Amino acid sequence: MAAVSTNSITKRFGDVTAVDGISLTAFDGEFMVLLGPSGCGKTTLLRIIAGLEKPSSGDVLIDAQVVNDLPPRARGIAMVFQSYGLYPHLTVWNNIAFPLRTQGTPREDIKRKVEWAAGLLSIDHLVERRPRQLSGGERQRVALARALVRDPTVFLLDEPLSNLDAKLRASARSELKQFQKTVRTATIYVTHDQVEAMGMGDRIAVIDHGRLRQIGTPTEIYEQPADEFVASFLGTPPMNLIERDGGSLGFRPENFLPKELLNGAPVVEFPFRIDRLEYLGSERILYGALDGRAAKREVTAKLPAHAALDGISPGAWHKFAVREKELRYFDRDGRSVRDPKRPPP
Amino acid sequence: MTALARRIAASGSFYAAVVVLVTFSAFPFYWMLITSLKTDGDLYNLDSNPYWFNAAPTLAHIEYLFTDTLFVRWLINTALIGLCVVAITLVVAVPAGYSLARTPGRGGETLGIGIFLTYLVPPTLLFLPLSRVISGLGLQDSLWSLVLVYPTFTIPFCTWLLMGFFKSIPREIEEAAIVDGCTVVGAFVKTVLPLSVPAILTVVIFAFTLSMQEFVYALTFISTSDEKPVTLGVATDLIRGDVFYWGELMGAALIASVPVAIAYNLFLDRFISGITGGAVK
Amino acid sequence: MTALAVDAPRPKSRFLLDRQEIIGPLFIAPAILYVLVLVAMPFLLAIYYAVSAYTIFDPTYRFVGLKNFTDVIASEVFRRTLINTFVFTIGAQVIGLVLGKFGAMLLMQEFRGRGIARALVVLPWAVPVSLATLAWQWMFDSLYSVINWTMIAVGLMDPAEPWQWLGQQDLAMVAVTVVHAWRLFPFAVVIFIAGFTSVPKDVLDAATIDGAGFWRRNYQIILPIIMPIAVIALIFGTVFTFTDLSVVYLLTRGGPMNGTQVLGSLAFQVGILSGDVAHGAVICLFLFPFLLVAVIFLLRMLRRREI
Repeated sequence: MAAVSTNSITKRFGDVTAVDGISLTAFDGEFMVLLGPSGCGKTTLLRIIAGLEKPSSGDVLIDAQVVNDLPPRARGIAMVFQSYGLYPHLTVWNNIAFPLRTQGTPREDIKRKVEWAAGLLSIDHLVERRPRQLSGGERQRVALARALVRDPTVFLLDEPLSNLDAKLRASARSELKQFQKTVRTATIYVTHDQVEAMGMGDRIAVIDHGRLRQIGTPTEIYEQPADEFVASFLGTPPMNLIERDGGSLGFRPENFLPKELLNGAPVVEFPFRIDRLEYLGSERILYGALDGRAAKREVTAKLPAHAALDGISPGAWHKFAVREKELRYFDRDGRSVRDPKRPPP
Repeated sequence: MTALARRIAASGSFYAAVVVLVTFSAFPFYWMLITSLKTDGDLYNLDSNPYWFNAAPTLAHIEYLFTDTLFVRWLINTALIGLCVVAITLVVAVPAGYSLARTPGRGGETLGIGIFLTYLVPPTLLFLPLSRVISGLGLQDSLWSLVLVYPTFTIPFCTWLLMGFFKSIPREIEEAAIVDGCTVVGAFVKTVLPLSVPAILTVVIFAFTLSMQEFVYALTFISTSDEKPVTLGVATDLIRGDVFYWGELMGAALIASVPVAIAYNLFLDRFISGITGGAVK
Repeated sequence: MTALAVDAPRPKSRFLLDRQEIIGPLFIAPAILYVLVLVAMPFLLAIYYAVSAYTIFDPTYRFVGLKNFTDVIASEVFRRTLINTFVFTIGAQVIGLVLGKFGAMLLMQEFRGRGIARALVVLPWAVPVSLATLAWQWMFDSLYSVINWTMIAVGLMDPAEPWQWLGQQDLAMVAVTVVHAWRLFPFAVVIFIAGFTSVPKDVLDAATIDGAGFWRRNYQIILPIIMPIAVIALIFGTVFTFTDLSVVYLLTRGGPMNGTQVLGSLAFQVGILSGDVAHGAVICLFLFPFLLVAVIFLLRMLRRREI
């Protein structure tokens, strides 16, 4: 069942097109991530779904009903903002109760629902406090509790982890995912952080300059990127892209290994001159260049910690290779294409 | 503070400078105080030292003020006018400031500046035609003419002040309320207003003190002693013929000035922040 | 696809209070109305009167074109008035700014009693103009002036010929200027302090490390940064002095012999006291070009300030 659908949503601000004809669907119970760099239009799209912005054209459907003319409160949505948007002058309890009060819910029901939500998010002990007395993680949970009590058709989350300390983010990430699995409500989650997207999303919609580049599971997006943008955006370091016949040839750094480590499957060889090496503990990143091939940026290879490094040192050439099935091809427009017309030289 | 400044501060010449400055600004008030407490004999005596009492201080002037003049009536008038003007200002300026703060693009800013500029249009430009309008409305000689006209200078400034303040409230809170079930107006009332109490208080104080200080419109529109606000009554009615009753005059001036002075001091930082549009805190 | 009955279809008017397009203009309408009716309209009315022969005694409307303007400009009294208005304004601003800067520097140091000092320094600006002017009127009194008494006691003045502060032309000009400056300088102090404290500390530190001394720091770094705020304050002060009526009216009634008349008080005299609305309106209108210049400057400064 489709929880939320957008139908060719376009949004223009003056001359700028922030959202350019995006159509996507999030299903019941699904965790969908809108991923893209800053300013790509993902937050604008989210706000259009919420009803905080009106689209220039296109439709938003929630529970199969067109909601374009409905204000946010009539759409069955709940939203968690980047800075949480907690009401500073109300206690946590009243923050969570607020959406119920505006709907005129009877008092006993309010009490029951607030206690349930607070319990689910383990913030019962905080209900008498004010937002300014809470830590970032606690505030986020209050925001989630407030969204939860509305029993919405879909949760809309706008980069809720970006205000947390890096250390906190990892645990907050898994907590959020657990939370969503427990309540089983469709969720649309906006972020620019690909690690978050990959770690949490059931499906990811990659957006750039207002256009939807690809939508699919993390595996699909990572292993079969639809175009160069998606290929480069996901993966650290980004996919190596080498010019070839007007288009590009791509392979990921973790697939670019010394030839001797790649026994068995058919490989393609690339002589690799290493310019420098970064030792990161769990892995090593090698930066360099290929013989006679122009590349978009420095070519990188990502070696696991325990891989042998004989003969590999800055300044030297070494035979590196990539398994044939890990190669990706892109045409002159940057779009992914299937097999090459002829094998690479 | 630099070492140089520290040395200057510690030195006597610094304190002397401060004393000179403070004397310059505050002496007239001391003068008001002491004049109002001196007997007439002491006051109008060229030989006695005017800086201190030469005969015992007296409360006669103050008594006279309260019993034999319309001073109390004027104070009541001023208070009444002030309250009404504050009410009108709040009702008009709060929504206006909010609307301007939330208008997207340069439009809000431009209109806000436009309204703010009307604050610069002085009473001395408008008093003449306005006197004809007031006369035409039949409000001549009534304090209601002032209640009508004073908001023309309180509203522009207060709208500007509130606009700056509302802009500083993150939109997320209102949007959260909208998503949570409020209408736009409901969100404003339930989330923005409770957070705006300090700004609204400033507007109240400012509008009240502005209307308390006004003189030109009062002088132009009102000649009936009963209806005069205190700034006008004291300046015109405590004179019999050509004789100024200085004791009473100074007492009245001082008593009427005290509330304004206190209010200003308490809210000074906010006024400045308001005038400079929040650029300076 | 039929609409699901999650929410039954509602008429658009149900969501009236949600429509930003309606709420926005609605909220601002009263303010605009007030400004249009009680500011813009009287201004137009002033022009209307200025080209008529309207007086209290003969309130019929007769169009006389620019005759009133030529009358007024030709008048000796008017020219004197115009000069006075500029003299008082410039004089008061200069004194006020100097005292303001001086006062700001003093009050920015920390010392015991600073709070009280600041409260006292602010008084002249805080207090109603008419009441403060009355105090000065008493201080300048022809017989009992405390200033004269002091100067006589110190030997600076001849007791047989006490200075007539409000009666002698030059002295009266000084008196009015002093009162204006006295009212203005607290405002300047406060603005200067606010401006100085708004300069980011790192900028000052960087300047110190770069070797800038006290004066250079002040005039090359601080002054340009606070310039917009200072100019805004200057414009306010100038407008208030230029358009003043109260101080002159209460101190001297414009005398001696129209010697201290300013545009505001002359307009009052002619338009209200003498009932000649038409000529009074012309005098009022002379305030306008000056205001326009001030407004333009103010707008440029508002654009430039750091938000």
